[in-house]
Formats: sequence, structure tokens, C-alpha cells
Amino acid sequence: MDLEGLLIIGRNLPLFLRATLLNLGLLAGLISLGFLVGIPIALLQVYGVRPLRVLASAWEGFFRGVPALVLLFLFFFGPAQFGVQLSAFTAAVLALGFRSSGYQSQIFRGAIQSIPRGQMLAARSIGMSRLQAIRWVILPQALRLAIPAWSNEFSSVIKDTTLAYAIGVNEVLRHVRYITDRYYELAMPAYLTVALIFLVLTYGGNWLLGRLERRLALPGFQMRGVETAH
Amino acid sequence: MGNGYTSRKGEVVLRVEDLHKRYGREEVLKGVSFEVRRGETKVIIGPSGTGKSTLLRCITRLTEPDRGRIWLGDIEVTGRGVDLNRVRASIGFVFQDFNLFTHLTALDNVRIGLLKVKKLPKEKATEIALKQLEHVGLAHKADAYPAELSGGQQQRVAIARALAMEPKLILFDEPTSALDPELIGEVLDVMVALAKEGMTMVVVSHEMGFAGTVADEIIFMEGGVIVEQGPPDQLFRQPKHPRTAEFLHKITALYGETG
Repeated sequence: MDLEGLLIIGRNLPLFLRATLLNLGLLAGLISLGFLVGIPIALLQVYGVRPLRVLASAWEGFFRGVPALVLLFLFFFGPAQFGVQLSAFTAAVLALGFRSSGYQSQIFRGAIQSIPRGQMLAARSIGMSRLQAIRWVILPQALRLAIPAWSNEFSSVIKDTTLAYAIGVNEVLRHVRYITDRYYELAMPAYLTVALIFLVLTYGGNWLLGRLERRLALPGFQMRGVETAH
Repeated sequence: MGNGYTSRKGEVVLRVEDLHKRYGREEVLKGVSFEVRRGETKVIIGPSGTGKSTLLRCITRLTEPDRGRIWLGDIEVTGRGVDLNRVRASIGFVFQDFNLFTHLTALDNVRIGLLKVKKLPKEKATEIALKQLEHVGLAHKADAYPAELSGGQQQRVAIARALAMEPKLILFDEPTSALDPELIGEVLDVMVALAKEGMTMVVVSHEMGFAGTVADEIIFMEGGVIVEQGPPDQLFRQPKHPRTAEFLHKITALYGETG
């Protein structure tokens, strides 16, 4: 590896960064999907009648039990056999998003179940329906408690977006491969560049989540490193 | 000032008939019946584990009774198709461990039922909530979160939360049992004031002083049944049933003088 090699990497850096935007797009899509599906899955597991509970658990079990790459292939090549061709990007969002819903549902289930039973009782005792109690009493508390565990899921799926490379999404890893296929000797600096990009993104995201956690912190709710009682 | 603030001994507000509840093999309530009239304060006493709390929860069906009937005025709470949320909105419930909503300020705790259940506009709800916080002497704590309040203050906010809904009656489930001794007084003071204003109340409590002062009638429960009931003077001084006498003797040794 010489100066010329580094110059090649440097010249391609804007391209890498632009491609990284696609990773961020994937991340936004999959983590939102995982959130929107994960919450109802968690609620069904905690409050649902038995058939719905079983169904929710089956969903969660499937998407947590199948390798991410296999899910990507299933969602990309599967529908095509029935005449539905999803774009690689859509297939990636669905596969990784549903997968994340399985993990996120367990984060939320844990948080919901850690809310003392008296909160639901008190909400029902003033005449709230179960849905109102969940919306106005249980979820606002549970979501706050879920942030630390959720930041773990965030750190995990942000890096999983590079897996979409396998079904042909033009994300950052794919562009790096174009370079390393031509300049084999640049593998080390090229992949280190990808590593650095994700280190920065993961760190930045967790920093934002930490701020969110502190901002939403309430007296009586545990918060890392800061004494809330005064 | 809403319901229940007029003359004592009015019409029947609550009627409980032959209530049964079983947890697994153990029958916790074995046929409990009683009535509460408007403006009355009934205090339920008895050893722990005799179904007093279960009885209160069954009244609003927070716990589902197995058998028996309950009327709130002329609405049958145990009837088919009854709007339980509406019934619960008109029966206040004060819990042993307060159960204030942890993520809400004192004001929001009192206001949330008015906003979400009664669907009042925000200004009106705020006005009522502040008035009820003042009623329990905590208007200055409106912006405090539950964790910033003492146990006694939390319980007073919980009472304000119940009052704000303008309930037909309030059920108190051992409201002072979780409190440090020095904080019990402030909660009892609020309850005594409520009783004097004519609020209809059913109170499960071990506070014999309170029972003796404000109860129109004391109900002694043991083993899932009502053993004896009557005005405090009669029950404290000439209990008819030996079990009542025995319990009163024990509780007096523990908690001090009765009446």
C-alpha cells in the first residue's frame, strides 16, 4: 500500500459516503418498520388473547430464528417466483425490518412487563379502556425504559445494512468491493474506511440516543451516570 | 361540588349481594352482602387475608367476582352489557401503594382522567384538577412528579385524582398502610374532611381512631364473610361476636386506643 493507493481511496471517498446514504436509508426504513411492527407484537404477547399471543410469538420466533442473509434471499427471490419482483432495496427493508421487529418486540415486552401492575389497575380504575391505559400510561413509561436496550438494536441493525450488498443493493460495501476487485492490494485501507464510517455512525447514533434518554428522563426513572434526584 | 355532598343517609348508592370470589382452591369471598347509603362512611376491618381488598376490587370488577350482584344506584355493575369504564369513572379508587402515574406530574395525574375519559377541554380539566389539588392541600406541588413527593403527599394526590372524577363514592384500600407513621395523619385528615363534607366512602383500614371518629358503620370481616357490623360505639364497646372482640383486642394492642 502506497501513497497512490491512499489517493485512490481518497478520490472514491465522496462516492463511498454517498453510498452510505443508502445504508442510512435502509436503516431508517428497517428500524421504523421494526418499531411499528415490534410494538404491536409486544403488546399482543403481553395483553393478547391466547391465539393472538401464539401468532405474535410465532412471528417473533421466525424472524429471530432465521439468518439475516437467508431472510434477504427469501424476500428478494421468493416473491419473484409468484410474479412479484421487489426491488433489492424494498426486499432488504422488509427482510431486515421484520427481523428487527422480532428483536424490538422483546425489548418492548421486557419494558412493558417491568411497569408495575398497579399502573394498569389505576388507569382502569379511573375509567380508561385497556387501549387508553396502554396509550397514555403504559407505553410512555415503557418506551422510556426501553431506550438503553433499544440503542443496542440500533447499533446492531445499522451494521446489518451492509448485508443488503448480498442481494445487489448499491450500498457502501458494494462500492468498496468495486475498488478492491480492481486493486486487490487496497483491501486493508478500503475495508478500514468502511469500518471507520460505521464506527462514526454507530457512535453518533448512540450519542443521540443517550441525549434522548436524558431528555426524557423523569424523576424516579433510572438514568445512567446522572443523579436524577435533587 | 358534585355528587355525594348533601344530606347524610340518603338513598342507597351501592348494594353488594352475595358476592363470591375464589382463587384456585381458596374461596376468598364466601357470600358478602352490604349496602352503602349516600353520605355514609363504612369502614371495613378484619385480619389480613380475609378478602377485604378483593371485595373492594370486585366492586368495580377490577377483579372479576365469581358470583353475586352489585348495584351502583340503579345500574347493575354485574349486569350484561354494562359500560364498565363508565361505572369505574364514577367510583373513585384509592390504592394502598398510591399507584400514581410515574411519568406524569401531580397536576397531570389528576387531570388525565378528565381529559381522556371525560374528554373535557384542557382549561376546564386544569381548573378542576387544580381545585382538587388544593382540596388536598397540594396545589403548590402541581408540577412535582410522584418520585419527588412523600408517600403522604402521593396518597393525597391519588385522592385528588379520585375526587376530580366527581365520583358517586370512593373506595379506599388500606390507604395508610404503606405510609411511615408520621405521614399517616395528613392522609387521614383529608379523609376525615371528606367524610364531613358528605362524601360516600368505603374504607378498608386498620386505623381504629379514624374508624371510631368518622365511620357510620363498621364492618368486621373474617374468613371471607361479614362476621358483624354496626356503629362504632356498639361494635367497639359491646361486640356481639367473640371473634370481633378478639380481633379488636389484638388490634388495640398493636395500634393503640380505639374510638
